[in-house]
Amino acid sequence: MNTALLYALVGAGLFFLGLYALIVHAHLLRKILAINVMGSGVFLVLVALAARTGEAAPDPVPHAMVITGIVVAVSATALALALALRVQAETGRAELPEEPLE
Amino acid sequence: MAREPGGEKIVNPNPMMSNGNNCQRLFRLLLGLLLAVLAAGLGYVLSSLPSPAPGLSKPVAEHLEASGVSNPVTAVLLNYRAYDTLLELGVLLLAPLGVWSLGVAARHREPLVDPVLDMLARLLVPMLILVAGYLLWAGAHAPGGAFQAGSVLAAAGVLLLLSGWWPGPAFSGLPLRVSLTAGPGVFLVAGVALMFAGGRMLEYPPPFAGALILLIEAAATWSIGITLAALFAGGRPVAGPHR
Amino acid sequence: MSLLQPVFDIVLGLALLWLAWRAVASPDLFRGIVLFIAFGLVMALVWVRLDAPDIALAEAAIGGGLTGALLLATLARLESGGGAGTGRGKDRESEPNDE
Repeated sequence: MNTALLYALVGAGLFFLGLYALIVHAHLLRKILAINVMGSGVFLVLVALAARTGEAAPDPVPHAMVITGIVVAVSATALALALALRVQAETGRAELPEEPLE
Repeated sequence: MAREPGGEKIVNPNPMMSNGNNCQRLFRLLLGLLLAVLAAGLGYVLSSLPSPAPGLSKPVAEHLEASGVSNPVTAVLLNYRAYDTLLELGVLLLAPLGVWSLGVAARHREPLVDPVLDMLARLLVPMLILVAGYLLWAGAHAPGGAFQAGSVLAAAGVLLLLSGWWPGPAFSGLPLRVSLTAGPGVFLVAGVALMFAGGRMLEYPPPFAGALILLIEAAATWSIGITLAALFAGGRPVAGPHR
Repeated sequence: MSLLQPVFDIVLGLALLWLAWRAVASPDLFRGIVLFIAFGLVMALVWVRLDAPDIALAEAAIGGGLTGALLLATLARLESGGGAGTGRGKDRESEPNDE
């Protein structure tokens, strides 16, 4: 296993770790943290797959995608945090209501 | 080395739940198992991809002299995939629109008077601006570019906001809005002007490509910095006299 | 020297997974956010290991700085009770008009 495959597997692990935390937790801030972890996992998979070029320079197109992805992710996080603040201002709690299981 | 990424680690009882009922524990167990299976599947797919895979690095390297810069990532961002970057700057404009529509910037009525923070801000902000300028210039031939420089500029802006230096109403009116739209605006105007100058949209003529890229990147750096700092401010600016 | 690099990569990968797990699963949100900032900084090291210095610069500035600052500011506003100034912006008549 080379470096690229190792980091690609780590990225996949991060993605599913974040997905589990996103589904399981009810607090909005935790959900936003989990989404950021998922995003980092996806970026890691992309760049790890771009590093499969052997001895040559890595493929720069996924690098460009991930750079724009990081900036878009932070602005989406900022919007999500503003929404979470608004949810708390309107409903008093920063959590999604727990639905009763049948 | 066959490792199952992340699946087994996360099937732990959530420390937040003091008394999970059995339904919830069963749900979490099943969810963990399902995600572990998916993770194993994804791991198998990733390990069966062809290992030396050059991707697009050869076409990028072949046309690098005609692109105006010598950093391949900057060439991809600002030349080969310039349209994607233009749209991405548009997305970056949408975020403060959303945040502004949700509320007003919560500025503390009495500013923090921590002397360490104040001195740190006075020392660091000029250096951050210098570093941002260097990263913008170096993006053409070394790691750097508009996004990196813009984010360092945003860090300087966040430091200013944290130490109480909020911009007055002279900046929060029109100059703030011009700063937010300067990046995508200059990019769009440059692209359309190139279309009218005889080429296609965003088709840089090779003698001027380097200068055009620097111009677009400068506007984008300023715009990205102001946008991210405005996102930290958390709401639309309060027009009118402050306390 | 040729054994050191895979070991370093394995250590970095495990550190990433562990930091991410502790960040999303810690009962105290403040600790979780601080661990997330640390996660961002280790991620910047991983980008360097993957020959992506441009991404490392962006991640160190944004992931290690800006996202953490945003999350901490929101946590402070959430815990001070309802985000003063964000939710009730439209209803306050004392708010001056904005263009």
